[in-house]
Amino acid sequence: MSQAAVIHTNGHPSYLDNTGKYKGLRSWIFSTDHKRIGILYLTSLLSFFSVGVLFGFLIRLELLTPGKTIMDPQTYNSIFTLHGVIMIFLFVIPGIPAAFGNFFLPIMIGAKDVAFPRLNLFSWYLYVSGGLLALISILLPGGPADTGWTFYIPYSVRTGTNVLPTLFAAFLLGFSSILTGLNFITTIHRMRAPGMGWFKMPLFVWGLYATAWIQVLATPIIGITLLLIVIERLFGVGIFDPALGGDPILYQHLFWIYSHPAVYIMIVPAMGVVSEIIPVFSRRTIFGYKFIAFSSIGIALFGSLVWAHHMFAVGMSDTGQFVFSLLTFLVAIPSAIKVFNWTATLYKGSIQLDPPLLYALAFIFLFSIGGLTGVMQGALAVDIHITDTAFIVGHFHYVMFGGTGVGVFAALHYWLPKMFGRMYNIKRAKVAFWIFFVGFNTLYFPMFVMGWLGMPRRYYDYLPEYTIYHQISTVGSWILITGLIIMFSNLIIGLKRGKKITEKNIWGGETLEWQIETPPIHENFVDIPVISSGPYEYKQNEPEYEEAETENGSKRGEGR
Amino acid sequence: MSLQEHAAPLVSGTQEQAVHPHRDDIASRMGMWLFLFTELLLFGGMFFLYSVYRFENKEAFHNAARELDTLIGTINTAILLTSSLTMALSIAAIQRNKKVLSITLQLINVAFGLVFLINKYFEWSHKISLGLYPKSDILLGMDKGEIVFFGLYYVMTGLHGLHVLIGMVLISVMTNFTIKNIITHENYVKLEAAGLYWHLVDIIWIFLFPLFYLIT
Amino acid sequence: MNEQHTDAKHMTAGHGYGIYILVWLALLTLTGITVAVAGINLGGLTVAAALIIAAIKSYLVLTIFMHLRIEQTAFKVFVLVALFFIVISFALLFSDFSFMKG
Repeated sequence: MSQAAVIHTNGHPSYLDNTGKYKGLRSWIFSTDHKRIGILYLTSLLSFFSVGVLFGFLIRLELLTPGKTIMDPQTYNSIFTLHGVIMIFLFVIPGIPAAFGNFFLPIMIGAKDVAFPRLNLFSWYLYVSGGLLALISILLPGGPADTGWTFYIPYSVRTGTNVLPTLFAAFLLGFSSILTGLNFITTIHRMRAPGMGWFKMPLFVWGLYATAWIQVLATPIIGITLLLIVIERLFGVGIFDPALGGDPILYQHLFWIYSHPAVYIMIVPAMGVVSEIIPVFSRRTIFGYKFIAFSSIGIALFGSLVWAHHMFAVGMSDTGQFVFSLLTFLVAIPSAIKVFNWTATLYKGSIQLDPPLLYALAFIFLFSIGGLTGVMQGALAVDIHITDTAFIVGHFHYVMFGGTGVGVFAALHYWLPKMFGRMYNIKRAKVAFWIFFVGFNTLYFPMFVMGWLGMPRRYYDYLPEYTIYHQISTVGSWILITGLIIMFSNLIIGLKRGKKITEKNIWGGETLEWQIETPPIHENFVDIPVISSGPYEYKQNEPEYEEAETENGSKRGEGR
Repeated sequence: MSLQEHAAPLVSGTQEQAVHPHRDDIASRMGMWLFLFTELLLFGGMFFLYSVYRFENKEAFHNAARELDTLIGTINTAILLTSSLTMALSIAAIQRNKKVLSITLQLINVAFGLVFLINKYFEWSHKISLGLYPKSDILLGMDKGEIVFFGLYYVMTGLHGLHVLIGMVLISVMTNFTIKNIITHENYVKLEAAGLYWHLVDIIWIFLFPLFYLIT
Repeated sequence: MNEQHTDAKHMTAGHGYGIYILVWLALLTLTGITVAVAGINLGGLTVAAALIIAAIKSYLVLTIFMHLRIEQTAFKVFVLVALFFIVISFALLFSDFSFMKG
């Protein structure tokens, strides 16, 4: 019925109580407890996300009409640059590993903390410093960077805007990401509880493991690349500058050698969340555990080999293009395996359509659209036509927002009650979900159409024939934001005034986090558990579930 | 039903349980190795750049490299290799509880690092006095490939030198720990970690040396 | 076993000082060879020789000085994974540049 025998934690204080030498705010920002650090990350992440959403809202407002709507072109360039930098480096890349990975990884493997708790806190300090530096760059003289989040040469060396602080910020954030990955790899190798073999680990942990390797190996490449732009701007060294013999295409190669694997840092943990939710809410063991586990590794591996598909139109050699196009098709396979296995798990399952599952299902739908459009882009002839158009913008928002973003929302609805011992209003959560879902598709689907018809991306102005698509899209952004506001206010109100939960297993999961106190005690476990079974071993007939339900009383919270 | 924290049975063939709940030397070394990979890839990115530019500018690189002093480069290589020796020996010494020997070797190590950096200072000064530095008129008048060569030279050897400095500071801290018996023959994983860092700095130079000094 | 704070393999590494000195001499010798070979112009072969010798030197530093030889298998796999990533990125990068025109 769970991965370990009953775990006793009675009488021990929850991690939310202050027992250390610090009180109040200082007990949080100096804490090395992985759960508190996870929450520190979560709050900072969602704060930066809000700023990013604001910038997105402004972009769409500007694009409501051709020509100037609310801002001048220079401002527009800076706004979409910052939107990208904030969303990518401050929300989607750190996102799930930093918040939910930190909170739940040790618990899921039966450990009391990560391998290097102080390093963990230091990672968060780096993250916040990077974030603040990026925001401060908006206010410094020179104006915020206007290069796009990709900082392409030669413009990034020539522009007078505040590229330097933005680059430094990205460097700090990269370092934070590296240290988190390093911490997780060591934790997973060294701190699993007795009996927790590799193939008894929850799939979320497998996702974090694969992600951690990409974080460690790929991030330094962008570290050095951005550092080189800094050096070029400061000392005129001339590594990439074509006037000094440099090669801008080489810059793009180096940039994308990280930035493509980065998108797998973004998506693999979100897939891990979905792999957790699907079995619990269909009361069935996951279909093809090993395939899903290995597909995470496969995505990490293949994802590192496809970067130049971002460069098909810049002047690569034919050979290079053929090689990267082929590899791009191959990388879709491990992702597809996951989608098939999730679907097979749901089939003939006992479906509980609670908010976590709604978001997980939305993930599958939206990520599939995004992923398939990605395969389209991998075809050379097609890509020549649609590269640098709104089609690409639609694609990556479907995978990054409809994928990872929705993964974050799913994780919030799944795990927040366990983290804080408070239940949100389920009805309101479902309403928010549907508004968000409708808004999302209204906002992003037209981008495929107008991109196909030739609307370029990052353009401030556009021809009148695209107006209708932009208008639909902008209205979609308003609907989406309404959904987000309802969703977040519901969750926050739930935290403050929601029904208190003390039962351990809110949703009927079998992984270790559902066998410990709600909220967890400071050390997670009093004694390290011994693991005896796999993470999703539900019985095919229902009696245990019935029994568990009456045993725990109303385990679904209010509003159902 | 649940295990006590302090009993530590082996759980699998490849994993040794931490014998003390608050100390796991293998985890410490693993963490340091992972960090070394990031350093390796940081320099790896620059080696990628070097390779492509060299491939596209063979003649220019060949000409530019003639400005470099092979003798100093070779001496510096020997210095770093010997410092790796003293590093490894200092760990062997502390394993055998030879505290004074270990400290001496560590200090010699730091001294070698200092000599390396002093040599580098003379090298760079010489080049700068010849007008071969970024944005100089002489450099800008040269072939594009040569400009790139010197750009790479300064950045790569400069970044490497910075890492030598960091390594020296790290080892000095370890020397302090050894003196204060924080590092002992029973607990020397910190020294090992510092050693790993130093050896990586050496390995990077092992590749930098032929690529910049020996392509004439 | 419980009282030892380092794993057994590490303590009884048997690395007398001698092995380190031997490796050091080998490294110096290989450096000398590299310098000597560099004087002989064999075109692409000179570069290849220099890199191969550098690889051998690195291998010695990794396995003996950095104790990779006596570490757990996981560490060796890690190193291979990192090297694999570097090599394959390099190869793919050149799949573009070696075939560019002009």
